[in-house]
Amino acid sequence: MSVTAISYADFQQDVLESPVPVLVDFWANWCVPCKKLAPILEELSETYSQVKFVSVDTEENPDAMLAHDIRTLPTVLIFRGGELVESFLGDVPKLKLRAALDSL
Amino acid sequence: MSDHDLVIIGSGPAGYTAAIYAARAGLAPVVLTGTLTAGGALMTTTDVENFPGFPEGVMGPDLMDKMRAQAERFGAILVEEDAISVDLEGPVKTIVDSNDATYHAKAVILAMGSAYRKLGIPDEERLSGRGVSWCATCDGFFYRDKDIAVIGGGDSALEEATFLTRFARTVTLVHRRDELRGSAIMQERARTNPKIRFELNAVVSGITGESEVEGLQVSDTVTGETRNIEVQGVFVAIGHEPRNDLVRDQVGLDEAGYVRVADPSTHTSISGVFACGDLVDHSYRQAITAAGSGCRAALDAERFLA
Repeated sequence: MSVTAISYADFQQDVLESPVPVLVDFWANWCVPCKKLAPILEELSETYSQVKFVSVDTEENPDAMLAHDIRTLPTVLIFRGGELVESFLGDVPKLKLRAALDSL
Repeated sequence: MSDHDLVIIGSGPAGYTAAIYAARAGLAPVVLTGTLTAGGALMTTTDVENFPGFPEGVMGPDLMDKMRAQAERFGAILVEEDAISVDLEGPVKTIVDSNDATYHAKAVILAMGSAYRKLGIPDEERLSGRGVSWCATCDGFFYRDKDIAVIGGGDSALEEATFLTRFARTVTLVHRRDELRGSAIMQERARTNPKIRFELNAVVSGITGESEVEGLQVSDTVTGETRNIEVQGVFVAIGHEPRNDLVRDQVGLDEAGYVRVADPSTHTSISGVFACGDLVDHSYRQAITAAGSGCRAALDAERFLA
């Protein structure tokens, strides 16, 4: 598995209606911590094949930012059955992500 | 039994320079680079204009990529994980990383650097990511035409305030003293910027708002009066503190939390444990001084292991 870039128009279908849990990475090109997080999420997506990993470019998808009231990057949200179950605002260490993914 | 001669924790200029020297000495050091913190503070710096050997300047991340490549070239083993726990006493040191791997080593170099200092008020944690930010370049975009505050009076606060005027309607710089600490050139740049206002002699006592930032409460250090400044965003730029969480119960620290070393060496209070970079440095905190102390730590470790 890997991290798939999605457009916010597909959020309902790709995330909220997904039969499996989904980790969403909100990022932007100018955000250095986001660029460091990206390879970590790629790696985790290999380990946690039962979870879908997607990314949303907030610059290209300003609706996403408004809908989820995103004020800080990176923001990582985890959804299960259409419900938000975990949110990480800003830098998040790998260990915390793994703990959240383990508990899904 | 040790699997390794040397483990280096951290990967800024200090950690990588230590790795280059130790690798060239044939110690095959394991470097726990950290995950989000890999490359250290320079990863979020754009132009580095004062690192010798780069007359045109160099981008922080590019400089760190070069140091990393140089360490790898000589056989340093780079592991992109965070160190989670350490046991430093005794002849064999144990380090566990965020992937549950355990390392046993005869010597350890601590180079964890520093982290953003927090205000230390409950509202800050509560509204973190909800209007409170430590990264102007990451989050400035979300404050287009908003009123925001930057806390701090040093160069980084002035730089952030100036940067944030690209987006914000107004930027209020809040500083607890009556004059700024930043360099003359940065002060001049901020003072001539029409979007920047100054709240001096002001200590932040609270941040208001239920689920997002609505204002900042400051108390005046001269009159003792408290007032509220309406802002939607608060950027904290009050400097750094040593990232000592991993070792604070084991090695000796000074009052400010820096790892104490037997100057001019890099020996800590524990035999076989060395420390370098921003983790030990109160006063200089430059890429080149960090690199220099990383070199000293590697040489000290090499002598210790000989």
